[in-house]
Amino acid sequence: MKPAPFDYRAPTTVEEALSHLAEHGYDAKVLAGGQSLIPMMNFRLVQPAMLVDLNNIPDLAYIHADEKGGLRLGALTRHHQVEVDPLVAAQIPLLHEAMPKIGYPQIRSRGTLGGSISHADPSAELAAVSVALNGRFRLRSPKGERWVPAQDFFVGLFSTVLEPDELLVEVALPTLPARTGWSILEVARRRHDFALVGVVAVVTLDGKGVCQQARMVFLSAGDRPMMAHRAADLLAGQAPTPEALRAAAELAASDEIDPSSDIHATAEFRRHLAKVLARRALDQACRRAAEKK
Amino acid sequence: MATTETTMPKLFELAVTVNGTCHEQAVEPRTLLSDFLRHDLGLTGTHVGCEHGVCGACTVLLDEEPVRSCLVFAVQAHGHTVTTVEGLGVIDQLHPVQEAFRQAHGVQCGFCTPGILTTVVAFLAENPDPGEEEIREALSGNLCRCTGYQHIVDAVRLAAQNMKTAHEQPAR
Amino acid sequence: MTTTFIGKRVLRNEDARLLTGQAQFVDDVEIPGLLHAAFLRSDHAHARLLGLDVSAARQRPGVVAVFTAEDMGDDWQPGPPLVSPPPTAKDVLFYSRRQVPLVKDKVRHAGEAMAVVIAESRYIAEDAVEDIVVDLEPLEAVVDLEKALKPGSPLVHDDLESNLAAHLFQKKGDYEAARRQADLVLQRRIIIDRGAAAAMENRGIVAEWDEKTQHLTVWDTTQAPIPIRNGLAARLGLSENQVRVIAPFIGGGFGPKMMMFYPEEMLIPWVAMKLKRPIKWIEDRRENFYATTQERGQIHDVEIALSRDGHVLGLKDVFLHDTGAYDPYGLTIPLNTQCHAMGGYDIKNFTTEVSVVFTNKTLVTPVRGAGRPQGIYIIERLLDIASKELGIDPVEIRKRNLIPPDAFPYEHGIIDQAFAPLILDSGNYWPVLQKAMEMIGYEKFVREEQPRLRKEGRCVGIGITPFIESTGVGPYEGARVTVEASGKIYVATGVGTQGQGHFTSFAQVVAEQLGVAVSDVRIVSGDTAEFHWGTGTFASRGAVVAGNAIHAAASIVRRKVLELASKKLQTPQDELELEGGMVRVADIPDKSISLGELASLANPLRGAVEPGTEPGLEATAYFGPQYGATAFGTHAMILEIDPETMMIEIKRYVTVEDCGTVLNPLILEGQIHGGVSLGIGNAYYEKLHFDESGQLLNASFADYLIPSSTEMPRIEVGHMETRSPLNELGTKGVGEAGTIPVPALFSQAVENALADRELEILESPLSPNRLYELLSRKEAR
Repeated sequence: MKPAPFDYRAPTTVEEALSHLAEHGYDAKVLAGGQSLIPMMNFRLVQPAMLVDLNNIPDLAYIHADEKGGLRLGALTRHHQVEVDPLVAAQIPLLHEAMPKIGYPQIRSRGTLGGSISHADPSAELAAVSVALNGRFRLRSPKGERWVPAQDFFVGLFSTVLEPDELLVEVALPTLPARTGWSILEVARRRHDFALVGVVAVVTLDGKGVCQQARMVFLSAGDRPMMAHRAADLLAGQAPTPEALRAAAELAASDEIDPSSDIHATAEFRRHLAKVLARRALDQACRRAAEKK
Repeated sequence: MATTETTMPKLFELAVTVNGTCHEQAVEPRTLLSDFLRHDLGLTGTHVGCEHGVCGACTVLLDEEPVRSCLVFAVQAHGHTVTTVEGLGVIDQLHPVQEAFRQAHGVQCGFCTPGILTTVVAFLAENPDPGEEEIREALSGNLCRCTGYQHIVDAVRLAAQNMKTAHEQPAR
Repeated sequence: MTTTFIGKRVLRNEDARLLTGQAQFVDDVEIPGLLHAAFLRSDHAHARLLGLDVSAARQRPGVVAVFTAEDMGDDWQPGPPLVSPPPTAKDVLFYSRRQVPLVKDKVRHAGEAMAVVIAESRYIAEDAVEDIVVDLEPLEAVVDLEKALKPGSPLVHDDLESNLAAHLFQKKGDYEAARRQADLVLQRRIIIDRGAAAAMENRGIVAEWDEKTQHLTVWDTTQAPIPIRNGLAARLGLSENQVRVIAPFIGGGFGPKMMMFYPEEMLIPWVAMKLKRPIKWIEDRRENFYATTQERGQIHDVEIALSRDGHVLGLKDVFLHDTGAYDPYGLTIPLNTQCHAMGGYDIKNFTTEVSVVFTNKTLVTPVRGAGRPQGIYIIERLLDIASKELGIDPVEIRKRNLIPPDAFPYEHGIIDQAFAPLILDSGNYWPVLQKAMEMIGYEKFVREEQPRLRKEGRCVGIGITPFIESTGVGPYEGARVTVEASGKIYVATGVGTQGQGHFTSFAQVVAEQLGVAVSDVRIVSGDTAEFHWGTGTFASRGAVVAGNAIHAAASIVRRKVLELASKKLQTPQDELELEGGMVRVADIPDKSISLGELASLANPLRGAVEPGTEPGLEATAYFGPQYGATAFGTHAMILEIDPETMMIEIKRYVTVEDCGTVLNPLILEGQIHGGVSLGIGNAYYEKLHFDESGQLLNASFADYLIPSSTEMPRIEVGHMETRSPLNELGTKGVGEAGTIPVPALFSQAVENALADRELEILESPLSPNRLYELLSRKEAR
């Protein structure tokens, strides 16, 4: 399974990379970690005429504190770096907990934050986590830069708002407010397979322990990270009783996701799993929120 | 987009250090690192099982990180260092991890073994005293059809123990 | 019987080379001028081949040749039949249709090879494959076994009247009479689906024709180098002596590498001779899913008749067996299923009827287990169901039916895969079950732990499954043992290696006879230039058949050593000992001579030899068992199911094996662990999903799920030993034992975990999705 021939560029600056993309448009594909792209090239499912390799651009890999709070991560930061970074563990524990769920160790050595997000596989943990955290993505093109909220970035199956001459260069993730708990739960056939279904839940409680705000994002449950707005609204203002959580999970799973059937699971089973995981994730998020002062 | 051009494919000058030796060669960009190592350099210890990044048999260390060499183009290793199983030890002087695998019967057909060895070497460098669960997690990206993994896990425990003891003993 | 080397946990001779990447596998072979092959394979499962235009491919720079069936002319021949139907069985119907080097008229399975491109690199060859224009007329595919046999079904082979490939009826006693006397008759339909062997190393062939010496060398990932050599010689019009087949280190066999005369095996050597250039073809993983054989697909309609106290009076099995597009391997798999459907039980009345069906899918030939798992699945499921219906404890019902130790050799009377009447040579079954129960803490779990955990709302289940395994079948193997002047021992045998430790276990057998260090015995196997009589590694027979041939040869050498040493040391043979590479006079350590010296003495450069003397200290011997030895085992497992997500976690896994004399317990454990991992794959993770048009939907490791380290439990291996009377070493095979009972065990344990839902599982493999469906269906009623 050898890839078809392609032309290759290894720019050392973002500007250089962008000029290649501008020149070649849809004929060119960006190569970051390669853990999703190269298998497809080896199967000859994709045969780009040109690869623009970002791996020689040193300024694209970093993890900094954002002066406004939260973290700024360069798009070319390897998953492994995010996994072991102390800032991430301390400030965004949800992200820290999500990282080991991504593929296998060798995938994480090479795969990148920006690559995973740009690839927009609806099974990607990072996409769902970014949306759940209300993160923002910085995109750059020869025309300039723009910020896109994570929840607006994913528009369909493997589709994002990225233009052919545009690159994702940075991910900004806020820390969670006080009295906010989180959870990420997945079910997969083997521990490190793509999730059959997964859910990320973030819940903020008020001083009396009533749910103030919730965000629930599902992965592998549609053509993009699926945010369950109405289920979240249902919870707002309610005490997090088992009945309330169950009702929210029920609503999310029945009305706000669009899972498909494949050889591993039917849409019906995915919906069932989504309901179960949503209830458990909300429960865990609420407990964690209650523990935080 | 397959082409039927009669022009020769453009080659790139690759300079990569493999097991301590610098190699310079002109390669096509599409040449996979796994094929470059095996067929251009004759280092056939690294094996190819799937070419889509799941089985892990092709795992090598790229700048000391374990990567699937079937998912890296050789040109991407330009200016970097690669360690393959041949760089870990030789028959008369096995690396402690290799020796532990021999002691614990962690090898049957040997096809997945080189990829596991490089994975384990990198893993133990970061986690010198792992428990069973951690070891199994670390190995989850290396498929083995012969052993059921048990003796491999035992081998990793043994290697960790031996390397820790060696480390603790005063140098002579 | 105390032994020095046999039965010891000797570390493996071969490991240092494997660990340092210094062992040669087929793709490691490099020859100057090597060309590379890539195949154009059909995307359709069933289609008429109307035309192939390879002109563009031939013109691509770097392409040396492109061949189609037409280009082969008279050299195009289907493969030979590998296993004919048993000549001793009555009522056999068999239509032999074998695979072809390249498709000529019709594609019969997805992935069948239509053309081969030979180029300077595999990369260029694959580019050129895309240049080929193929004109296929898609036909309706035959996929479902029952539909395949209905009149009006499309035909896989147009020259036959139907898709029936074979039919075999066997019986023992009188089932109908038994049924009439039964207190309980149960009928069920059981469906078992296909899985792949998926060895980590894909197949590969390197062929080199030397025009000057008129000699063909072939490196092949085969479990059967000798038959390949003989068959290739015949096909290519060469003498056997002109062909050398080498099976170097093989990265796992598991059965499909025992299939012979794959299209590529027939074609690549032919191309090498045609082009007079060495040719290499290495299968990629996607090809492996289509072009390498698979197994397990069967549909059983079974019936069991029991007395009120749980004795099985009779068993009836009518089943369909999926053979795929061709049937080169005869009835081996269904015969194994038939011979294991009675398990290790004393069942006196049995009828079994199999219809083998052609389908437009990849060929079926043995995969570790080779039809035995299906047989065991049937009987064990039926006993579980009977135990519930009759209110008898599941272990107790098995105990009541196990063949008692004084009944061996036990004759079943039906024919087995080796064409001999099925006879179970020896065994002591109940203690094995007891030991498994003891190891897993069966009683305590069932009486105390399970009820307690269930009160907490946890779904935990236990299973215990006994099974037999037919092993060590003939016809024969051979070996040559030679003492070299260095004192080291050199052994040549035909069977190759796929990781099961032959270099060590065989060496232990020799060391036992000759008193040398195991590491001083060099085993050369799988090279027809070294040894050219034998069949191959399959059916768990390596240790038994080759091992005993090696033992026989080593024994002869031992005798020669003693004779010569006795003369040289002027001491009677019975006062001599072999130890540490020396022959010593007992009690007089100074009076000794090394084996190396003796070897030199036995091969003089001058002087006369006594008439009738053979030079050197060497012997060749063969061993063919009267019939295959039957091993016995029991697996037990405790698992927990999350009743909402259907996710399963194995908490404990115990195996107890009785495979007679054990050569190397370390290697044995490794074989069990590996076998269980394939079994767990078969039971819960691995299913080849074919759609109605015969397309394989999961032809990659991303979607064909092999257990990884995080899915496998720790396996506790217990051992018991009932020597086989069929060979001097007393061994039985064990290579497939780990795999055979697992699907039955899984079904049993899952039912037990979900006991309150009263689930009845009659299929394999399972999955969380499937469990969800079965439970939903139950609730809906």
